[in-house]
Amino acid sequence: MSPTHASSPTPASWHQSIHALLKQFDVKQVAYVPDAGHAELIKQCHADQAMTAITLTTEEEGLAVLTGAWLGGQRGVLLMQSSGVGNCANMLSLVKMCRIPMLILVTMRGEWGEFNAWQVSMGSHSEDLLKMGDVKVLRAETADDVLDCVQAAAAMAFDGGTACAVLISQRAIGSKKF
Amino acid sequence: MNASHQLFRREVVARLLARRKDLVAITGLGSPTYDVAACGDHPRNFYLWGAMGGAAMVGLGLALAQPDLPVVVLTGDGECLMGMGGLATIGLQQPKNLTIIVLDNEMFGETGQQESHTRRGTDLTAIAKACSISDVTTLEDWGEIDAYAQSLEEIGHGPRFALIKIIDGQTERVIPSRDGVALKLRLRDALGLHNH
Repeated sequence: MSPTHASSPTPASWHQSIHALLKQFDVKQVAYVPDAGHAELIKQCHADQAMTAITLTTEEEGLAVLTGAWLGGQRGVLLMQSSGVGNCANMLSLVKMCRIPMLILVTMRGEWGEFNAWQVSMGSHSEDLLKMGDVKVLRAETADDVLDCVQAAAAMAFDGGTACAVLISQRAIGSKKF
Repeated sequence: MNASHQLFRREVVARLLARRKDLVAITGLGSPTYDVAACGDHPRNFYLWGAMGGAAMVGLGLALAQPDLPVVVLTGDGECLMGMGGLATIGLQQPKNLTIIVLDNEMFGETGQQESHTRRGTDLTAIAKACSISDVTTLEDWGEIDAYAQSLEEIGHGPRFALIKIIDGQTERVIPSRDGVALKLRLRDALGLHNH
């Protein structure tokens, strides 16, 4: 095993829990650009008749879709990987100007045992970029943190109206191996 | 061009919205926002003042949340071009209650009237069709515009995409509210949603 390999995370377990948590918070629209770290959750959301899973061509679409969802009374969540944060910069103004209760879950690349240096650039700036867009950022450093962070972020978004993102660290997910 | 076929943007939009009842209108930034505002402000108008490329996607999210509510997105060629991938996202979801109308003046009107891609051959209707939006049309005269306007309240045709080659004409800049929070609360209130 490579020394950079993360200590055996059990993604299936926290993905199951995130899906259940999203249901508790009455999330109806799940917009995403796929990432391997979200693959299980995406599968569960597609299988859930009470949710609409929306495949996007680029992450910024998701911010606009979920703004429309909230105008129509539905809560949503946006799933992406860290490089997708870079695609969101201008569209974050929509979330800010309309004060949309946005929940974003970002699986991180480029920060822990990353084999592809092209992921490091955006991975290093995802948090700063979200903060510049006035999105509150919580970081889940380990697999055990993930559910607590998502719960806290969902509460801030849906109970408090604060746009909130959870960055799920690459260490928690396990670095991609080829 | 025959003068009777000169489709001035303000009159086009006024005719499209003349019979509105339940319809929600989302506007792309720039002239479409002013055009819709010029028809008279309405609680079911949601004006974008930025977020270029996002108008059709706001319409999609709303249409999915409220499947019995007719939703129209009125936007320009430049705004549509910036969010072109969104047409594929709409094609994938197939919302029956969503209509996208592009007011195509073949230029970036707000920024100095630079030519847009549609002036030089980009065909947004071909792109919409290729994105699995089956009901795609170009409205070419007042009769077609009036007929289309009549169908905007109906659910079940969508997703639909209509392109109208408009001319700007002399227009007064009509400035609606730029307060996104107020516009959001007003629309949600009009839809009977709880604001807290």
